[in-house]
Order: sequence, then C-alpha cells, then structure tokens
Amino acid sequence: MIKARVTVTLKNGVLDPQGKAIEGALSSLGFDGVGGIRQGKVFDLELATADRAKAEADLKAMCEKLLANTVIENYTIALS
Amino acid sequence: MKSAVVQLPGLNRDRDMIAALTKISGKAPVTVWQTETELPDVDLIVIPGGFSYGDYLRCGAIAARMPVMQAIKAKAEAGVKVLGVCNGFQILLEAGLLPGALMRNASLKFVCREVKLEVVNAETDFTRAYGKGQIIRCPVAHHDGNYFADAETLASVEGNGQVVFRYAEDTNPNGSVNDIAGVMNVKGNVLGLMPHPENLIEAAHGGSDGRGLFASVLDVIAA
Repeated sequence: MIKARVTVTLKNGVLDPQGKAIEGALSSLGFDGVGGIRQGKVFDLELATADRAKAEADLKAMCEKLLANTVIENYTIALS
Repeated sequence: MKSAVVQLPGLNRDRDMIAALTKISGKAPVTVWQTETELPDVDLIVIPGGFSYGDYLRCGAIAARMPVMQAIKAKAEAGVKVLGVCNGFQILLEAGLLPGALMRNASLKFVCREVKLEVVNAETDFTRAYGKGQIIRCPVAHHDGNYFADAETLASVEGNGQVVFRYAEDTNPNGSVNDIAGVMNVKGNVLGLMPHPENLIEAAHGGSDGRGLFASVLDVIAA
C-alpha cells in the first residue's frame, strides 16, 4: 500500500475571499504582518498498490478528473 | 417542444423548474435520474438548482461526474439545448460544457434577494423574447456564484458574445468578474446562469420577467 497526499491550491491571480477573511481574523487576534493567505485543500489517500509510478499516474488522473478544478486550481502530489 | 429535467440527490429546485416548464409550454417535462445513460428524445434538457451532493468537494463537482452528464454532453454536441440554473450552472462548468468557474461569493455570505439583469445578447435561443439591453428582475439564491475566468478565457467569452446576462444597476450579488450572471457555449445551445428565472414567471411570484427565457427556449413566444 502506498500513502499519498494531494494538495490543491488556488492558482495565482484567482481571488480568494476566504483567505482574505482569514487574514482579517488573524489580524484582529493581534497577529500582525501576516499576508498572502490562500486557503486550499488536502486529500490523504491510500492506494492498494506497490507500484509507485502507477500510483503517481493514477493520482495525476484523479486530480485532473475530479480532485482539482484546473480552471482555478493547481495540485501537487506527494507519496510517502 | 419537449423538455427534460435532470434530478440528482441534493437538487431541490427541480419542482420549481418542472412547474415553470409545464405552465409555460403546456406540457410536463420528463424527469431523468442521474444514473441514466440514455436520454429521451427532447429539445431541451434542464439542470435545475439546489445543492447536489451537499456541495461536497466543490459545488457541482461530483454531479458533473455522474453517468447522466456523459449523455447530456453527447446531446449537447448533437445540438440539443441545455440550460443550467444555479447549481445546474455550476454542474455545467464542472463538466466542461461551459467556460470558467464559480467561486465562493466575494462577501462570503449566502445571498437570497432580487437582482437586475441586463440581457446582453438577445440573439440566442434562450433570450429571443427579450430586447438587447433590456433590464429584467430576477431572484438569486446562492453561496458560490462568483464567476471567474482567466484573462484569455474572459476575452474570448466576451468577444464571442457568450455573455448572455450581466448583473445590472449595481446589483452584482457575488463579485462576478465583469458582472457576468450567465454565459453560453460558442455554439449557443448550452446556457448557464446563477439567477432563477423559473421563480419569476407569474403574478403569484410578483412578476413574470423570467418567463421570456422559457418562452424563447420552448419556442412559445406569443406573437
């Protein structure tokens, strides 16, 4: 079994109103000098294979087909 | 003209849509469940609003991968008219049938109110009953209606006349780029919009500004 983590983030230039709100909330808690917050998503997956190349290819296909909306999001794949 | 309404778990505006189509065309639409792979022979397929799959992952993302969407894609390619309202619009974008994406409202709040829409393109199968530049009233109810497209896509969508409706008179409720409320595909047979024209079709609704869209697409415009 291979464990993997997929991280999906907004592309540069895509407005992130949630990130902005979080930034405002941190500032109101007294954390000064925090900027550029972007909210994203993390998926932890377990793949029933030992073939790392296949796992990586499958994960890429999963990202392209479902996990990320590539119109607005980028993704990275990490195998453990 | 025959129509069909798609049903998926979590969609909740299907009954409003069925009522609107029935009242305006005089014929009840057929309903199509998400697992169908063969669609009935209809002229118009409507994906109504709601919260398909609880808006999990992204609004419309899971619905867009259901079997019925492959069948709808094939019908759209064959020229059948497809209309997506609210969550239906989100599903059409996620399925790649329309350009762009819908993001969380800029205010981060769910908005449920009436807005003004400008009919930007009145030369479509969906808007023939309106005049170009006409301002109509229409209700909205959504959390993720903030239309976004990258600069290149936006330029082509604007340049091709694919922007069909824009929020007018400073009523943009969600931060959509260029005040875009509804877009169609290049071929002009697939339209998606966030507002709910099916909820403003008769006196009991307090107006009938939404009726023209259905009259146009169902080809029942009064002479």
